[in-house]
Amino acid sequence: MENIVKIKKKSASNKIKRSSDDIAVDLIGGILLFLCGFVAILPFIMIAAGSVSNEKEIIATGYSVLPKGFTLDAYKYLFSNADQVINGYKVTVFVSFFGTFLSLNIITMASFVLYRKDFKARNVISFFFYFTTLFNGGMVATYIFAVRYLGIKDNLIALFLPHMFNVFYTIVMRSFMTTTVPTSIIESAKIDGANDLKIYFRIVLPLLKPALASVGMFIFLSYWNDWSNSMLYINSSEKVSIQYLLYKTLGAAANYERVAAAGDVALSVELPTETFKLAMTVVTILPIVFVYPFVQKYFVRGITVGAVKG
Amino acid sequence: MTKRKSFLKSLKNEKYLWLMILPAIIFVFVWNYLPMVGITLAFKRFNYVKGIFSDWVGFDNFKFFFTSGQAWLLIKNTVIYNLLFIFIGHGMEIIIALVISEISGKYFKKICQSFIILPYFISWVTAAAFMYNMFNYDTGALNSILAQLNIEKVNIYSTPWLWYIIMPVMYVWKGIGYGSVLYLSSIMGLDQECFEAAQIDGANRFQRIWHITIPGIMPTVVIMFLMSLGKILRGNFDMFYQLVGANSLLYEVTDIIDVYVYRSLVENPDIGINSAVTLFQSVICLVMILIANKLVKSYERDYSLF
Repeated sequence: MENIVKIKKKSASNKIKRSSDDIAVDLIGGILLFLCGFVAILPFIMIAAGSVSNEKEIIATGYSVLPKGFTLDAYKYLFSNADQVINGYKVTVFVSFFGTFLSLNIITMASFVLYRKDFKARNVISFFFYFTTLFNGGMVATYIFAVRYLGIKDNLIALFLPHMFNVFYTIVMRSFMTTTVPTSIIESAKIDGANDLKIYFRIVLPLLKPALASVGMFIFLSYWNDWSNSMLYINSSEKVSIQYLLYKTLGAAANYERVAAAGDVALSVELPTETFKLAMTVVTILPIVFVYPFVQKYFVRGITVGAVKG
Repeated sequence: MTKRKSFLKSLKNEKYLWLMILPAIIFVFVWNYLPMVGITLAFKRFNYVKGIFSDWVGFDNFKFFFTSGQAWLLIKNTVIYNLLFIFIGHGMEIIIALVISEISGKYFKKICQSFIILPYFISWVTAAAFMYNMFNYDTGALNSILAQLNIEKVNIYSTPWLWYIIMPVMYVWKGIGYGSVLYLSSIMGLDQECFEAAQIDGANRFQRIWHITIPGIMPTVVIMFLMSLGKILRGNFDMFYQLVGANSLLYEVTDIIDVYVYRSLVENPDIGINSAVTLFQSVICLVMILIANKLVKSYERDYSLF
């Protein structure tokens, strides 16, 4: 008896809140969203599954969504010859952190100046920056210039420079400032006798923490995921980023057999060549996947503010 | 004279501001503006000894490129893929944004959205690893499933037409998170009172979406479309180079301007023709963006770029 009353109550309350078209929207939308989410992470699952699969079974029957046999051979092999991977990570971590720090400083200072409506040359300099997004010398001219006249071939600086300044992030940062830092604060600080440097470091920067996190994250990603500059500018294998190393691993199966031949691993031992590629991929994306849940909100905020004008 | 005076005065009064923007100005000048001198190489026969001071040859490089037969193929491919990306990409992004804003189930939405955004965070190299895992002829998941079903294996690297499906799918897979957040923020910015008023007047969910949400986000949609159309001749080098690689079987359907430029830079460097292609691309892009901006301006003044 009590149960029936409960059920009735429930359906009644549902009826008030939800009409049939609400349910239809929820159902269609829910299925669509679920499918998209599933397809989005499916490759991640498959890579992880493939990397712990048995090499022989993979060669015989191919990959699948679930692992075929369970073995950590590929990882064992990877970590027994980890020098290159560790080196790649060292380069990527160093370039990403140091590069983001430099880049974020340059971008934030520039956007603070462009945010200041009382700065006389504001429009001229804005255009000076903006024009580079409309027209540029292109890959060839930049490459020749960088190698011949800046002399950065095979120099780590080549991994820093291409992402050092970004017009779009400068615009985003300026939008953040216009929404979070009222001009009246700056005016009153000026009247109190603070100079522009003081205003920037003491007043504006502390207010900008969320913005710095958002823009910093985007810059960091562009450094972290960069592979093409390693390909273009770097010759020596100890200076390439982890992404380029992954690219090399995927492309050239012979590459690590050569390494193995040079090292102490006998070639007669069957190397996990197929699953090794996937193990390498997992090792490359793992840090991103771990950090992702904590930085996702900065991503959303960055886009939302950037969309105001960008 | 007065202009110069006011500039000196600004240097003096706003010296800290100038100091703060100086790193950016120097950097952009060196890294973005100085290489533009290299554009002149498009009108020169490049000589490794003379470098940027090689001899002038007029429009020979352009003539060679456009008569080589490669030009139209490259332009065609670049434009076709960009059109596919623009229409399918924006379409899917808008649909996902609408779904996220409309359906209930807070946690379900949050988790799904997190999954959808995740691919944006990884590199195209990793995407290439996914491609390998999924599609490689001998061990790819697709072929192992087909083999189990006793269907003939597919070799995507010798089946050109498949790339018109694969590339947009990969593009959407990686980019939809970014775009949908953008459209979602536009939907969230709409006036909630409109929806309530419509509900009281008896409009159902679909009517509210069709008559309020979609017209509401239309300015954003039009602007995003026009801005992407402005970049129609700029190919995604990272994506095409990683996913297709150097596969001459596929050049017919996948070769785009940016990859061609890179390839001819490393394979048989003809810097003159290379620069000519790049200059052609840059000029068309500039014109297209100016047109797009003009259109945006006439549509919604506040949203124009400049």
